[in-house]
Amino acid sequence: MEKKEENKALKRREFIQSSARITLALGIGGLSGLALSKTTKEEWVWQIDPFICTQCGRCAEECVRSPSAVKCVHAFDLCGYCDLCGGYFKPGVTDLHTGAENQLCPTSALLRNYIEEPFFEYTIDENLCIGCGKCVKGCASFGNGSLHLQIRHDRCLNCNQCSIAQVCPSDAISRVPIKSPYNIKGDFEKI
Amino acid sequence: MKRNLIKILSLISGLLISLVAYTQQRFPRPDFESEYVVPTPHIPEPRSATMEIIDVFVLFGVLSLVTWLVLKKRSRRGVLYLSVFTLLYFGFYRDGCICSIGSIQNVALSLSDPGYAISITTLAFFVIPLIFALFAGRVFCGGACPLGAIQDLVILKPISLNSGLRKALGLLPYLYLGLAILFAVTKSDFIICKYDPFVGIFRLDATFQMLVLGGSFLILGMFIARPYCRFLCPYGVLLNWMSSVSKRHLTITPAECIDCKLCAHSCPMDAINQPVFEPVSTKGDISRFILAVLVIPVWILIGGYIVSKSHIYLSKVNPTVNLAELLITRPELKNDPDHIDIQTFMTSGKTLETLVAEASVIRGKFYYGGWFLGGFLGLAFGIMFTRKTIYRNRTDYEPDKGNCVSCARCMDYCPVGKPDIEELIKLKN
Repeated sequence: MEKKEENKALKRREFIQSSARITLALGIGGLSGLALSKTTKEEWVWQIDPFICTQCGRCAEECVRSPSAVKCVHAFDLCGYCDLCGGYFKPGVTDLHTGAENQLCPTSALLRNYIEEPFFEYTIDENLCIGCGKCVKGCASFGNGSLHLQIRHDRCLNCNQCSIAQVCPSDAISRVPIKSPYNIKGDFEKI
Repeated sequence: MKRNLIKILSLISGLLISLVAYTQQRFPRPDFESEYVVPTPHIPEPRSATMEIIDVFVLFGVLSLVTWLVLKKRSRRGVLYLSVFTLLYFGFYRDGCICSIGSIQNVALSLSDPGYAISITTLAFFVIPLIFALFAGRVFCGGACPLGAIQDLVILKPISLNSGLRKALGLLPYLYLGLAILFAVTKSDFIICKYDPFVGIFRLDATFQMLVLGGSFLILGMFIARPYCRFLCPYGVLLNWMSSVSKRHLTITPAECIDCKLCAHSCPMDAINQPVFEPVSTKGDISRFILAVLVIPVWILIGGYIVSKSHIYLSKVNPTVNLAELLITRPELKNDPDHIDIQTFMTSGKTLETLVAEASVIRGKFYYGGWFLGGFLGLAFGIMFTRKTIYRNRTDYEPDKGNCVSCARCMDYCPVGKPDIEELIKLKN
């Protein structure tokens, strides 16, 4: 008799457990079905829209990588190859020499090479660039805006929440499809 | 004089910023006479998308292996090696991201925001461990979670916590889960990712606060086993539900329990239920049980009321609400050239009215979300109390299905089925 009751209790427990299991399974199924209805097969990566970016300088400080995964990229076909480069020289510089006191870049990551009279090429030493955007601001204010900030995908960890996107004052950072992972400013013909 | 200067400066900088969009073609593209070729910018490719799918397969493989090791092979050593692999792969190689714990927020956001599409790998990382938990217990925690693995490896001299303290601290994950979903749904913040204590260690690159947080969790973890898993992990809440009713689960003994008490203190997580022999007088208990169940709605209402009342504080986490509040309460900041958020807003051309309207919509969401969050916490609290009124006669030493993380330590302590030990017992008898 006792055994029978024990069996009954066991069966009841099993019944409760299995019905709870089925409910939970249906719950997961429903939840994932709902989410599945709008999944994308596409993978996404973070990127800066250079036309919205206001070069506030937070990219250099807020990225989880140190130095930041954001670096300056030069769209050469947009560059005017100016002698007096607003991105290279501090404002008000009269003598165009390449001394550190003349340079806008705090790490001397922007390099100035003579091409031909009167043109100079500006390249970025990516090992030195910290993504502070000082040159970008200068170039956008006084030049063609060919220097701009981009998230470099060899350094970006593609965090679930981008910590610089979170603090970007102009919401310039969003996810872009992995197939076109950069927002490089276009050339003259395109604009 | 100074104020005027600041005004002029901010005017100029505002002008400059608004000029950004119109600055192209200020200087024409030069016609080079020399052989100079215009270079193309260097843009390295991201990690390929197929690698993400490989991650899903690795997760599935590791989970299947842990299940086999725990249920069939009964090998603690195997689980240990596998958790080292997990630590290396999902921890140090994948830098702790992608992870199932954080995926809760993506799922919550995708369910609430029609504009957000979750990637299929993220959804897989959310669902697969839950399904495994439904059939085999928390095998994810045991061997496939890098956060669990790093804590499991530093367990040195675990102390046993009393059950009241464990139950009280066990409510924290519910709070963390609720807050994480609330902040994700309102698009305020992903707090699980932001305050992940070990991600800085995985990346070998972290801010000072993150290092301190991770380091203190590891030091604490030497004496209180898996502190994050037990008293914070929001995904653990979901796994706990699944595992409580799982179809199969790790057992301490391979055959019949002989109540030898050898495993009694083997679990560093205090997740072994000991036999209960006292005959329980059922009548008093049933009335206590019914009372506890009837009080649950009251807990829900109390929780909902308290949290919805504090929605104004909670909503400050949202950047839009925070900015609107700053602009209203401290209008003098409009002239502060160092306040980047406010200066960017001032030059964006958006009016304060639209910002405030946006902020109040978000705050409204926090109000209703607060009711849900509080109600959820009240429900968890009520259920915890109700469970305290249930006594179940137990004759064997059994793992607590909800709290056991399937680390398989206890199995090594069980003498049943171990030939040399059984021989010893026979000799002694």
